[in-house]
Amino acid sequence: MKLIVGGKTKTVPDSVTVAELLELEKVETPGYVSVQVNDKFVRREDFAAFRLSESDRVELMYFMGGGRSRCG
Amino acid sequence: MRLTPEQVERYSRQIILEEVGLSGQRKLLESSVLIVGVGGLGSPAAFYLAAAGVGQIGLVDFDRVEINNLQRQIIHAAADVTRLKVESAGAKLRALNPDVKVELYPEPLSAANALRIIGGYDFVIDGTDNFAAKFLVNDACCFAGKPFSHAGILRFEGQTTTVLPGRSACYRCIFPERPPDGAVPSCAQAGVLGVLGGTLGVIQATEALKYLLECGELLTDHLLFYSAREMVFHKVKISRSPGCPICGENPSITVLQDEAPAACPAEGAGGDGEA
Repeated sequence: MKLIVGGKTKTVPDSVTVAELLELEKVETPGYVSVQVNDKFVRREDFAAFRLSESDRVELMYFMGGGRSRCG
Repeated sequence: MRLTPEQVERYSRQIILEEVGLSGQRKLLESSVLIVGVGGLGSPAAFYLAAAGVGQIGLVDFDRVEINNLQRQIIHAAADVTRLKVESAGAKLRALNPDVKVELYPEPLSAANALRIIGGYDFVIDGTDNFAAKFLVNDACCFAGKPFSHAGILRFEGQTTTVLPGRSACYRCIFPERPPDGAVPSCAQAGVLGVLGGTLGVIQATEALKYLLECGELLTDHLLFYSAREMVFHKVKISRSPGCPICGENPSITVLQDEAPAACPAEGAGGDGEA
């Protein structure tokens, strides 16, 4: 089936879950990505169970800091 | 406030804009913007806001200039190494535009001082590099009802959003909690192309100017993602999250707190507090 991931059309196995999509997309830190499907956030605890459907629009949002991870 | 002939000449290229005019320029000269972190993002943002004639610019940074900052933190020069960043940046802004009153805060932003410092400004630019500081800026601005621009950069990518607290999605609507230290890559580990701070920092300054001038559409309820590698901007619609821990229906964060101090990862030998 086809999904729109980050604005780009991708072909993925049918009924793939959000967790499986993160693997297919080789997401570096799957535990710390925020995911929206059709403009709605999916809770992290639901990634493994949430099945995607044909033409779903998926957005993956990553933490981006800057220079270095310093305390305070 | 009456503009002097020199001011009319200095700002003529924007006064000529229908959305600015003499009244918009007066507004800018009477406005104030706080820049938290005078690094990769804060340097270009500060320069352009000073050039545009924002009357008061506050700079928060407790760090000193290091040579590895100069690849992207363009407000600092080789001769500024070891100097306090706020002093280095303050001198450049005053030299660029004597109309601008520059306030220096050579201290880390914390739960103890954030509301006091932020309270004195019309708009806040988050130019910090670390998640404890980014969440603190978000939370303080939410409590103070202060509009702000968030941005982050990494490798060849950056992202930014503008927040009008209580009216549009905040940083915690997207990312409810801070990742543990070291859980996601930082620029020190993964690197960053210096120009990314320019691209994103200038977008932040643009948002500040639009907010102050009350013109155009702000980047609220959207996360703008930029890939320099692909040279693509991608705008993602986001909405306020009912479960947001600070601006949701049942907020779990009710007082401003510093993020739990975690051990600094051993990787960091350099010392910049901003992107």
